[in-house]
Amino acid sequence: MKAKVLAALRKGENYELKTELNSEYRERRKEAVRRVIANMTVGKDVSGLFTDVLKNMQTDDLEIKKLIYLYLINYAKTQPDLVILAVNTFVKDTEDSNPLIRALAIRTMGCLHVPEVLDYLCDPLRTCLKDPNPYVRKTAVMCVAKVFELNAAVAEENGFVDAVRESLSDSNSMVVANVVSALAEMNEMEGGRGIWRLDTSTVGKLLTAVNECTEWGQIAILEALVDYRPQDEKEAENICERLLPRLQHANGSVVLSTVRLLLTYEKYVKRADLLQQFSKKMVPPLVTLLSSEPEIQYVALRNINLILQRQPKLLSKEIRVFFCKYNDPVYVKYEKLDVLVRICSERNVEPLLNELKEYAKEVDVDFVRHAVQAISRLAIKYDSAAERAVKVLTDLISTKVEYVVQESMIVLKDIFRRYPQRFDGVIATLCEYIDIVDKPEAMAALIWIIGEYSEHITNVGNVLSGMFEGFLEQEDESVQLALVNAAVKYFLKSPQQGQALVLKALQTATEKCANPDVRDRAYIYWRLLSADPEAARSVALVDKPPVELENVNLPDSLLQELVKELGCVSSVLQKPARLFVYKRAEKAGLPRHAETVGSEADEETTTSEAAAGGVDTTNEGEPELLISF
Amino acid sequence: MLSAVFIYNQKGEVLISRLYRHDVKRSVADVFRIHVISSPTPVRSPVTTLGSTSFFHIRYENLWLCAVTKNNANAALVFEFLYRLLGLGFSYFGRFDEEAVKNNFVLIYELLDEVLDYGYPQNIEVDTLKLYVTTESIRSKTIPEPPQNITMQATGATTWRRNDIQYKKNEAFVDVIESVNLILSAKGTVLRADVQGQIVMRSFLSGMPECKFGLNDKLVLDKDGGMSGVGDGESVEIADCQFHQCVRLGRFDTDRTISFELMRYRTTENVNLPFKVLPVVREMGKSRIEYEILVKSNFNSKLSATNVMIKVPTPPSATKCRIKVFGPGKAKYQPEQNAIVWKISRFQGLQESSLTAIVDLAPMSKQVAWSRPPISLDFQVLMFTASGLLVRFLKVFEKSNYQSVKWVRYMTKAGSYEIRI
Repeated sequence: MKAKVLAALRKGENYELKTELNSEYRERRKEAVRRVIANMTVGKDVSGLFTDVLKNMQTDDLEIKKLIYLYLINYAKTQPDLVILAVNTFVKDTEDSNPLIRALAIRTMGCLHVPEVLDYLCDPLRTCLKDPNPYVRKTAVMCVAKVFELNAAVAEENGFVDAVRESLSDSNSMVVANVVSALAEMNEMEGGRGIWRLDTSTVGKLLTAVNECTEWGQIAILEALVDYRPQDEKEAENICERLLPRLQHANGSVVLSTVRLLLTYEKYVKRADLLQQFSKKMVPPLVTLLSSEPEIQYVALRNINLILQRQPKLLSKEIRVFFCKYNDPVYVKYEKLDVLVRICSERNVEPLLNELKEYAKEVDVDFVRHAVQAISRLAIKYDSAAERAVKVLTDLISTKVEYVVQESMIVLKDIFRRYPQRFDGVIATLCEYIDIVDKPEAMAALIWIIGEYSEHITNVGNVLSGMFEGFLEQEDESVQLALVNAAVKYFLKSPQQGQALVLKALQTATEKCANPDVRDRAYIYWRLLSADPEAARSVALVDKPPVELENVNLPDSLLQELVKELGCVSSVLQKPARLFVYKRAEKAGLPRHAETVGSEADEETTTSEAAAGGVDTTNEGEPELLISF
Repeated sequence: MLSAVFIYNQKGEVLISRLYRHDVKRSVADVFRIHVISSPTPVRSPVTTLGSTSFFHIRYENLWLCAVTKNNANAALVFEFLYRLLGLGFSYFGRFDEEAVKNNFVLIYELLDEVLDYGYPQNIEVDTLKLYVTTESIRSKTIPEPPQNITMQATGATTWRRNDIQYKKNEAFVDVIESVNLILSAKGTVLRADVQGQIVMRSFLSGMPECKFGLNDKLVLDKDGGMSGVGDGESVEIADCQFHQCVRLGRFDTDRTISFELMRYRTTENVNLPFKVLPVVREMGKSRIEYEILVKSNFNSKLSATNVMIKVPTPPSATKCRIKVFGPGKAKYQPEQNAIVWKISRFQGLQESSLTAIVDLAPMSKQVAWSRPPISLDFQVLMFTASGLLVRFLKVFEKSNYQSVKWVRYMTKAGSYEIRI
């Protein structure tokens, strides 16, 4: 029946609902409220029913009450004047004998986000903060943060912020956890004006509370402690040691938050043996995270990537747990691949190369490319692995799978440059696969290889002139440039056989080629060759600087910042938070209190525009979300 | 923290939308739908950041669960939360799909109001929530449980257990459930093998008892090895373990039993693989593939595995399969799964069974190499632990000092058991 409600899309439904909401039968009114919420969910505008819905608020049916509250949360802002009508019921509810109802009322009132309600909220909130029931207190504490967001001055003048600070000593750990969240939240809203500073005695309280908190509370406390600066080494050691057992929590984010704390405190704790002990304890829980749900694995892997940049040797013994399972989601596979290359050492490079070979046989083209690139990274990094890597690559090329061959060609070029002369034997066989290669980057790589090592290929002249056939049809200039270069190199190495080819190449390039860069390059070579062949030799056949691995590590300062935010969005994106989080305190540069009212009006206009345009971009004054249809 | 939670169906229609903060509007739901759900490119990350808004999503069956935040939220926490929400749905409705969400949307809104406040997770313990968020609507005055008790439990140190439980017969069941994960290379070398174990307890114990139980963990045994002098001398090295301070997957049954997960562990050393698989897969030209697969069970002959299912992948171009099974079990070619599915309902210990198959391939206009996905196994073995873990003792201490009966069961099942070919 409720499904039918969701599906019902009839004209003039609001009118019908209006009658139903005013029905004399309780059941019909209840059903109508449900339908209003269902319509609200699918995004239909039911704000017109405001007064009618409100009439049903005075009820002892908790379900109806909750639904109407939900309605109010969504529409209060559109009808600030009418909300006042609801205030009485709210205030009455905050005095109910049932703590669940008291908490519900205070929670919802905070969510209304209407300045007009503030005046009526203050008194009940004050009582609720001192409520004998912890369930009400924990809700009230959160409510203070909501009030603060709406109007910081009101929250402070009424002593709410102070009351929250005092609640840090609450006997109930769940209240304490919410206090920590609320204070952290208010601190952030204020842009660090210092709503709250941790000191030694509060840290002590938190360390006690952490053992009794729910997992979410533990995270809040751990996060708060990350920003704390311990007084001395002793205190830092003490905090770390007391929080060490959190590493064994079943909740992955508790584990990551603990790791985050330990890594942040590394600079305060100086005893090497302790630090080593911490590192040792971190490993098994980090590995265990890899058996959790794929999304959590993903977050863990992105973070492990960061941690490894700080402590490269941390997981070197655990390489096998990062081997990809066939059914891992792609995003997990990519990250595993990254980590594998990172933790690989001379000792285990051999099994890893075999593993990468397996990956290169999979069907996901992008993943295969990554795997092939990983092989070349290993080859360039470890001298001893180069031989094996080249073997793997030539094996892969012999499968003749087009994208594998292409990618392998590209990476082989770098390997050949890194180890000149070592793999001359392989080059000749590569020419057999010329027909498969058609991606410009791969073609250019192959042509470069042929030009550079022409002396090792038996019928180089034929091969090159064969490739030259399609010179003018080539759309990509990198291939054309590579062909011109190769022809010149071939000529310089063996003038007798290469003369005809180079002449033809330069002629075609200068006379018929449309690309000015290619023409220019050909002219330069031509003049150089005719004026001073020795000079040409020193230009074309110069020893290349050795290929270095590009640096995959983040800059130190950024890494420092991200390690402090381990587990957060920034660590997943590997971008500092300031690049994508828009600070409320900085908004428009206005003082907070004045701005609240102003933005309220602005937002109203955006709402109506959004309704017209279908999709809005939610926030004024910040980088807009690009919408593409 | 979280600004909103949305649940979408497969098409991207919003089934549930709950805003917790005023920094986003309901229309962000459309942004997610356009950029992620109906995006033509496959999802490359469960976290999508657009401008300053981050969307976290998990998928379950035909649903998308999405959480939205505007700040640098704790991503790990968000995903843990979303999965917990999923678990909550299961526990309340028995399943979590479009139908269930639509039929229970009122209840889901109530739950969402309870589990998050201002975007911060509060109490997500099913047992506690079930006391006051119920499928039947409750009148505030006729509430069956004094609300004070409920709130005490929702905020107390033992959120997961009430202290006034009484049973006639005090019993405790401990189940050790292990999943073996394996990646075996085509050459038969073990690339990765580990066991993830769970110790689940079902207790019918009165009051607030303290339970102690011991395992044959290497650390423990080495320490008191001298004095206890355990005969079998076998011990297990547990690589990592986690304990639950709270009941998870908790269920308040009609008979008021509580079953919950006591701890989780992981071992990587000396894994007893219950099954050995020796595959030979030959591609005979482009039109035929020959399979010879031998499976051996590697546990005590008195035990037996049940529900063994071996999935042997075949190329998508397969047209006909001729399959022969030597030994127990039946095999059938399942074209929609691109696999030969070989089922053995009962597999005795130290036994073997083999399968040969010849698969004909249709000529393809474009020759695509077959990626050779791994063979995968599924099975259950009772009274066997792949890690070798045993519960040495279980003691119950309670103020009233009652007698209790304790039971221990073991089971090993396949986690991700892959054999490459």
